[in-house]
Amino acid sequence: MIVANRKPFEEIMEMLKSYTKILLLGCKECVTVCSVGGTKEVEVLASEIRLARAKEGLPVEIKEYTLERQCDPEYAAEIKSFVNDYDVVMSMACGCGVQTVAEMYHNKYVVPGVNTTFFGSSEEQGVWKEMCQGCGNCVLDKTLGLCPVARCAKSLFNGPCGGSQPGGACEINKDIPCVWQLIVQKMKDMNMLDKYMEIQPMKNWSTSRDGGPRKRVREDLKI
Amino acid sequence: MSTGSNLEKVLKSGAFAVAAECGPPRGADPEVIRKKGAFLKGYIDAVNITDNQTSTVRMSSFSASLILKEMGFDPVMQMVCRDRNRIAIQSDILGAAALGINNLLCLSGDHQSFGDHPSAKNVFDIDSIQLIQTVKMMRDEGKFISGEEVKGKPNLFIGCAENPFADPFEIRAMRLAKKAAAGAQFVQTQCVFNVEKFEKWMEMVRDLGVHEKMYILAGITPYKSIGMARYMKTSVPGMDVPDEHIERLKSVSKEKVAEEGVKICLEIIERVRAIKGVVGIHIMAIEWESIVAEIVTAAKLYPRP
Amino acid sequence: MDNFEPQIVAFCCEYCGYAAADLAGSMRLSYPANVKIVKIPCTGRVDIVFMMKAFENGADGVYLVGCLEGNCHFLTGNLKARKRMEYVKKLLDECGIGGERVAMYNMSSAQGQRFAEVAREMTEKIKALGPNPAKQRTAVSG
Repeated sequence: MIVANRKPFEEIMEMLKSYTKILLLGCKECVTVCSVGGTKEVEVLASEIRLARAKEGLPVEIKEYTLERQCDPEYAAEIKSFVNDYDVVMSMACGCGVQTVAEMYHNKYVVPGVNTTFFGSSEEQGVWKEMCQGCGNCVLDKTLGLCPVARCAKSLFNGPCGGSQPGGACEINKDIPCVWQLIVQKMKDMNMLDKYMEIQPMKNWSTSRDGGPRKRVREDLKI
Repeated sequence: MSTGSNLEKVLKSGAFAVAAECGPPRGADPEVIRKKGAFLKGYIDAVNITDNQTSTVRMSSFSASLILKEMGFDPVMQMVCRDRNRIAIQSDILGAAALGINNLLCLSGDHQSFGDHPSAKNVFDIDSIQLIQTVKMMRDEGKFISGEEVKGKPNLFIGCAENPFADPFEIRAMRLAKKAAAGAQFVQTQCVFNVEKFEKWMEMVRDLGVHEKMYILAGITPYKSIGMARYMKTSVPGMDVPDEHIERLKSVSKEKVAEEGVKICLEIIERVRAIKGVVGIHIMAIEWESIVAEIVTAAKLYPRP
Repeated sequence: MDNFEPQIVAFCCEYCGYAAADLAGSMRLSYPANVKIVKIPCTGRVDIVFMMKAFENGADGVYLVGCLEGNCHFLTGNLKARKRMEYVKKLLDECGIGGERVAMYNMSSAQGQRFAEVAREMTEKIKALGPNPAKQRTAVSG
């Protein structure tokens, strides 16, 4: 799912500085799964904001509301009846959600409460790691299910580089495994080490973000 | 098929080659390079010029290579994949060849987080092996990556680097074989301190027949101080510095540390020369270019052919 | 600040914390009336939001009393509670209320003395910190 981090509290308070009536909008999908923007987190942030404002003796009125998803206009439409009662909408969803709401409520100031970071999976409870970069042309068959684009710091297709650490860490961060070491290990375990000798061709990046913002249309699904 | 490269000439002749490295300045003053060049003149067959090494901004390898070329050197221009996409890469390859540079060392490049501009965007459009393929394709087939014709083929002697001491150890020789298959003609290894491990790696390399497909130059770095040895041991990814060396440096008086460092260096040179498949050395005397002359002479590698 | 009497909420687990409080009562040990006890089945039941809401509603201090580590009746509830309390400390520092106002103590049901001691300790600590800064300020002339 999409993983995000809550913005630092000072940054949040700075964005909300001039506003009294705040709509804090959560999302029940990805940001709930990574515990940063679901119903619970909206509740906790609202509490923090109220305490901080009360400390300054400044008024605040916060409505806490969590949508099924913020990236679908049908759900974003749910807040239509009350969104204008609030001066600002702080969305705790990923960038997709923030923008869908901002687009729908053209005259409303919609701000992000989280920093959207990566597509990832859970490693264990409370730990999520980056797994996919949305390059648009999946090569996981060539690397036995381990992605060199997202998980190699240099996106090497013929790795590992000379900095791959003993013990399996990437040279830039000892907490990140060198994915090429994992790929080689898997090749060894599956008796496919000869696959390593194949020179992987250059990637066509035009299917990824480098080719420009992307769109997908299914004509058969359009109403 | 030959290039105008002096390094290639020396290697082809069967003589033991000597290359050295020159780090460009963090400024626009060409005198810095000329001074370093002056230390090296006559003692080496080719000089490498690093490309924003450790992701720290320096005068470009391309321009520094030209300054050294003017002094009569045969520069080995280095190119990393970190900062340029394939368009800029191919463009620089054409430019380098046009200006008479004969050698290109193809590298992935250190990640930008190590350097002085960690907020920079990460390019890595292609990797070092694909870069080697690109140079070969432009030179031999006269084709760009797009498949279109290169009007005026760049005639470059293609080099690469390899680290015998990085993990996973078992595939390090295989990776070199991949580079040879891609078109690399010579390799300069990461500096060798742990000679036993290097010998083991060379054995694996010979098993794959790579020593017959490319010229292998062993990387050599003299210890200037105990601090430097320790730093390389603990803080530089992919370096294998034996404790025994640090003990030796500690065992002599402070004024004699550099001398001991040179002694260890000469011992290493002698041992790697004896390894089958090693046909030269690449001296990386970081910020100590003045010592190269002494090392080359003491190793009985002076004068150069 | 001399006549500041803090309002402190103590979430006490039924098996140890509350039992210790009960024992303190039976032993006729006195502890400050500032401490308002809330009985819960296990400190693991305490949500981050309970602690935040307590402060929002005017508490000057909040603490949890759970079983000794390793002896939680529900095995690991008290360990989770501690992690949540640490998280709340961080949130309170962030929003300017002060993480020192929240704490957790572990004791057995036999530790009536300890219960009273902790109640006194927490009351003294919060007294020294002053009232919850989020409480409505009194009129300027005060």
